[in-house]
Amino acid sequence: MLSRTGVATCENIESILPPKERLQKGPVAVIECFQQIPCNPCYSSCPRNAIKPFDDINDLPVLDYESCNGCGTCIHNCPGLAIFVVDETYTEEEALVKLPYEYTPLPKVGDLVEALDREGKKVGQAQVVKVQNAKGQDRTPVLWVSVSKHLSQQVRNIGMEG
Amino acid sequence: MLSYEIAVIGGGPAGLCAAISAAAAGASVALIEKDRHLGGQLVKQTHMFFGSKAQFASTRGIDIADILSRQCEELKNITVLLGATVLGYYDDQVLTIEQDNKVQRVKADCLVVATGASEKVLPFPNNDLPGIYGAGAVQTLMNVYGVKPADRVLMVGAGNIGLIVSYQLLQAHVKVAGIIEAAKHIGGYLVHASKIRRAGVPIMTGYTIKKAYGERKVEGAIVWQLDDRWQPIPGTELDIPVDAVCLAVGLTPMGELLWQAGCQMIYVPQLGGHVPFRKATLETTVPGIYVAGDVAGVEEASSAMVEGRLAGLAAARRLGYHNADWENKYQDALQQLMALRSGPVGEKICSGLKCVVV
Repeated sequence: MLSRTGVATCENIESILPPKERLQKGPVAVIECFQQIPCNPCYSSCPRNAIKPFDDINDLPVLDYESCNGCGTCIHNCPGLAIFVVDETYTEEEALVKLPYEYTPLPKVGDLVEALDREGKKVGQAQVVKVQNAKGQDRTPVLWVSVSKHLSQQVRNIGMEG
Repeated sequence: MLSYEIAVIGGGPAGLCAAISAAAAGASVALIEKDRHLGGQLVKQTHMFFGSKAQFASTRGIDIADILSRQCEELKNITVLLGATVLGYYDDQVLTIEQDNKVQRVKADCLVVATGASEKVLPFPNNDLPGIYGAGAVQTLMNVYGVKPADRVLMVGAGNIGLIVSYQLLQAHVKVAGIIEAAKHIGGYLVHASKIRRAGVPIMTGYTIKKAYGERKVEGAIVWQLDDRWQPIPGTELDIPVDAVCLAVGLTPMGELLWQAGCQMIYVPQLGGHVPFRKATLETTVPGIYVAGDVAGVEEASSAMVEGRLAGLAAARRLGYHNADWENKYQDALQQLMALRSGPVGEKICSGLKCVVV
């Protein structure tokens, strides 16, 4: 149970996962925010207004999967670092996962790294495809990593050095 | 004797906002801070804030300290006294302060007390060994002085501070052996917990520390499980080798000045300890003395900033500063506070406030 372990359960994940048909169309945000806390930057930062307006600042975000194009602006704006973008159309065998990563050293493009799940356990290998660290991201770099397609909804971190 | 219309005691998020809103309304303000810099705990907070734009959501605490300090500097009717410790409160609104080894008196028509909170400690054998830290000390060492506090840490407490400091330890390349939490559930925001978990750090709810051990400094800790009545269960002990134990077991308001000033106080567990009775304007039972932030009840820094704005506005109004804009700003602050507290995580605060708002 999430409130005891800090790890989202399968039911938690299923409740927010974009539908299969949407995942097959390309990159889309996966918002792993399951607790009502007073917080709305995902909504206010989305350039496409894909997150529905909050009636109350404590509302959970509701994503309009069709409006979201997986741009990832919400990833570095989410104070809880709880948003990921998954692209299951990346290649035939691989999916792309964009994840926030506030650790040093930053990996380099091309690096092969451990793919970690929500418990920090190694579930496979990931390759770093891109490291986004623009000034506007305010020191929350976003890593694009490619992983085996069946791991697209499991991989949420990479092995940290040091 | 220095004389101001409003003296704000404490230059953290609440005090900064109180000084800014009171000065913007027209009052002459002294902002008295015991540290050598403004910002209070904000300067250690490298994570992004929650809330909405009005409370600087998505901005890091340390940057919020800069933004608010700059706003203070721009207001010519704010005098900032740094390295200045308020020693006492005397009748007729006179404060004695110590600054640069000199004691002086400051007179103010109104006071905003924004002295914050202090960390609670936990009694257990060997809790006086070197290597037993409060979470605030660990944050200060790392984030203010750039000193690595340890190599491998056991965190005690899974509230927001325990979770956030654990994350910052990981960022500083310190191993976190685990986070133990006596309650059955994680007290902090679950997004913070998930961040720590995917970095491989275990969180053990229903566990407490039995003792620390070590010859001259901490070499490890024994933790054990608690039953439903919070009693330790013999046989569940685990030995966790660490060179530091970090305590993040809650905060308690620092209301000494309020006691001295004769404000009526009450013990409210939901607010962290003894807190003053106050009106909706945050005025205590002593006319002209206002409170804001953790000293009024331990809560998030976002609410502390809004409370500061509210108290600053109310104090300014008491002195006759009441322009056309005042009512809008006041109502806006009230609305923001209500919104921040309206969800499930605000329930505890709201139940505590019911006991103290008169």
